[in-house]
Amino acid sequence: MTDKTDPLRVAVRRTYKLYLGGAFPRSESGRSYPVTSAKGLHLANAALASRKDVRDAVVAARKAFPGWSGRTAYNRGQILYRIAEMMEGRRAQFAEESAAAEGVSRARAEALVSAAIDRWVYYAGWADKIGQVLGGANQVSGPFFNHSEPEPTGVVGILAPADSPLLGLVSVLAPVITAGNTAVLVASEHHPLSAVTLAEALATSDLPPGVVNILTGRLSELAPPLAGHADVNALDLTGAGDHAPALEEAAATTLKRVLRPGPDDWTDADPGVSRIRRFLEIKTVWHPVGS
Amino acid sequence: MFEYAPAPESRSIVSIRPSYDLFIDGEFVEAKSDERIVTINPADEEPLAEVAAAGEADVDRAFTAARRAFERVWSPLPGAERGKYLFRIARIIQERARELAVLESLDNGKPIKETRDVDVPLAAAHFIYHAGWADKLAHAGFGPSPRPVGVAAQVIPWNFPLLMLAWKIAPALATGNTVVLKPAETTPLTALAFAEICQEAELPPGVVNILTGAGGTGRAVVAHPDADKVAFTGSTEVGREIARAVAGTGRRLTLELGGKGANIVYDDAAMDQAVEGIVSGIFFNQGHVCCAGSRLLVQESIAEELLAKLRTRISRLRLGDPLDKNTDIGAINSAAQLDRIRELAAAGEAEGASGWSPACPIPERGYWFPPTVFTGVTQAHRIAREEIFGPVLSVLTFRTPEEAVAKANNTPYGLSAGVWTEKGSRMLWTASRLRAGVVWSNTFNMFDPASPFGGYKESGYGREGGRHGLEAYLD
Repeated sequence: MTDKTDPLRVAVRRTYKLYLGGAFPRSESGRSYPVTSAKGLHLANAALASRKDVRDAVVAARKAFPGWSGRTAYNRGQILYRIAEMMEGRRAQFAEESAAAEGVSRARAEALVSAAIDRWVYYAGWADKIGQVLGGANQVSGPFFNHSEPEPTGVVGILAPADSPLLGLVSVLAPVITAGNTAVLVASEHHPLSAVTLAEALATSDLPPGVVNILTGRLSELAPPLAGHADVNALDLTGAGDHAPALEEAAATTLKRVLRPGPDDWTDADPGVSRIRRFLEIKTVWHPVGS
Repeated sequence: MFEYAPAPESRSIVSIRPSYDLFIDGEFVEAKSDERIVTINPADEEPLAEVAAAGEADVDRAFTAARRAFERVWSPLPGAERGKYLFRIARIIQERARELAVLESLDNGKPIKETRDVDVPLAAAHFIYHAGWADKLAHAGFGPSPRPVGVAAQVIPWNFPLLMLAWKIAPALATGNTVVLKPAETTPLTALAFAEICQEAELPPGVVNILTGAGGTGRAVVAHPDADKVAFTGSTEVGREIARAVAGTGRRLTLELGGKGANIVYDDAAMDQAVEGIVSGIFFNQGHVCCAGSRLLVQESIAEELLAKLRTRISRLRLGDPLDKNTDIGAINSAAQLDRIRELAAAGEAEGASGWSPACPIPERGYWFPPTVFTGVTQAHRIAREEIFGPVLSVLTFRTPEEAVAKANNTPYGLSAGVWTEKGSRMLWTASRLRAGVVWSNTFNMFDPASPFGGYKESGYGREGGRHGLEAYLD
C-alpha cells in the first residue's frame, strides 16, 4: 500500500491489537484472523483472543474497579467527555473504518461517528445525576435516617452488538462505565476494527488502565469463559445472538446480573437510564436519629 | 437474674382446621394430587394440620386462573380500585393481627413478641404502602405508563412466612399483576389464613392463588410456562437452580437469597448499644434471617471487654415456649434445620474455633438450639463462610478499618452489614465500602416497606420495598 498523496512513499499500516489493562498486547495465543469489508475485501488482521486473554482482561478490570468506582462522579463524567473529544479528533479514521465495515456511504458513516461521539457526551452528563435520579431518602416509619443510593455492580462482561460496530458498541459501553463499573468487552466478531480504534482513543482519554478492556476474536470462544467467570458480576448479552440462552445459564452459577438481548435502537439519542440501571446495585443505609 | 412467671398468649384465638385444600380462583379446592403434608408445631412436635401438596395439574389450574384474572379483571382495573383492595387486605390483617401472630408462632416456632410486634404489623404495612402506589405508578420513574408483567410465580421461605408473603404479593398486586404463590413446606398456615383474608376482602377470584407443597411443587411453580415473572426468596443454592431454569425463557426473575452479614464494631462504638445490636443481629428470629449479622467483626482493642458484656447479655436471653410473651428465643423451625445448625456448629469446633453457650434449660420436646458464640474463628472456617441460619455467632477481630472492610467483603454473599461507631465520617466511609445491599449503622435488623431490601453478588438481585421494589413487577 502506498501513501495516497505521495505515490513514492510506503504508508505505515496499523496493527490491530487487544486493549488490556491499558496496554495493547497481541493475543497471548499468538493468533490473528483476517477482517474483511462489507464488500469482501481484506482490511487487516485482528488479534484472535483466547480464553486466557479473557481471564487476563477480567483481572485487569477487577484491579481497576476500586479506583474507578471510587472517583467522583464529576471526574468520571469529565473523562467520558474527554473520550468524545478524542473521538472527534479521529473522526476521519472512524468514518473510513465504519464505511468499509458496514458497507455504508461516507456520509452515512460520518453520521454514525457523530452519533457515537454524541453518545459519550450524553452519558458523560449522566455520571453525576444517577444518584439523585435512582436514589433518595426513604420515609420509614420510625426515627431513622434511611437513604438508598445506586452503586456500580462491579466487573461487567459486554458482548458488543454484531451489526453496529461503532455506534452500537459505544451505546453499550458508555452506560456501563459512567456509573463506575469496569468492563471486559468482546467486539463484533466480523467488524472488530472500530473497537480497536476506539481503544486507541480511550487510551489517550485519561481513562485509567483496565477500566475498559477490549477483546477481538470469536464470540463462541470468548463468551463462555466470560459468562462463567466467577469474578464477573454482570453480563450484557446484547451481541450474544444464538448463544444467549446458554450464556445466561452459565451466568446463573454465580448469579450474575444479565441484560438479555433485546430490540435496540441505537439511533435514539436519549436512551435515559435504562441501560445504566441494569448494572447498578441499590444500597440502603440506616442510622438512628436521636439527640 | 429475675424469675419470670409463665405469660403465655392464649392459642384459643386461632382455630386451625384439621385439613386444608389449595386456594385457586378464589376458592379452596381439593388438590388433584393425593400427596399431603403434615405441618407441625416445632416447639412441641405436635401436628397442627394437614395440607395438600400441589401437583402439576394443580399448578396448571392455578396459572389458568391467574392468567384469566390478569387479563379480564385485575390489569384492566383502574389503579385506584386495585389500591382499595390492598387497603382492605391491610385492614383485615390489622383486625386479625393477634390471631395471625399466634398462628405464625405455632407454625413457625418464633416468639410471639416478634410475630406480634414485627411480622404481622410489617405485613399490614406492606399492603398499605403498596396500596398507595397502585394509582401512582406513572410517577415511580419507570416511564409514563408502566405496564404489569403478567402472572408472577412466587416462592417464599419459612423464616417470615406471612411477612415474605406480603413482600411478594403486595407489590405484585399494586402494579396490576396476578400471582401464584407457594408458601414453605413447614409454614403453610398463615398463607392459608391469608387466602381467607382475600375471600373476606372480596378480592376478585384468581388474583391470588396459593399452592401449598414442598420442593416439587416449588419447582413446578417457578418452571411453569405461563409464568411471566419468577420471584424467589430462599437459599442461594435453590436460587442458582431457578436462575438456570429461567435462562433462555425470557421470564423476569428476582432473587433474594442467603447472606453472611458482617457486623463491624469499632473501638469507639457505644458498647452497650452495640451489644444490643449484636444480639438482635444474630438472635432475632433464632438467627433464621438471611440478613443476620452472623459474623461479628470487633476491633481487637475492645474485643475482650465487648465479649464479656455480650456473654452476660446472652445469659439473660430466655429460650422456650414461643407463645410466652417473655420468650426471646423460640424453637428452630424444623428437624432438618436443627440438623444443619448442629452440623455447622460441630464443624466450628472441629476446625478449631471454640463455642460458648449460656446455661439455659432446653425444653424436652421440640427443636431447640441454644444461643451460641464462637471465638477463635478464622476466615477459612466453615462457620465464617457458610450461612448457618441459626442462633450461632462467629467472632473475628480486626485492627484497622481497611482490615474490617476487607474481611466483611470477603464472602460471595452481599446482603447486609452493620457498622458500630460514634464517628460519622468513619460510619459513612465504612458503609460506602461494604458490598452489601443493606447497611445498618448503630442499629440492626430494621425493616420497613418504604426501604428497599436486597443483595449484592450471590445474595441475589432485585429489590423489595420502596420505589425500587416496583421495578420487578413493571414492564
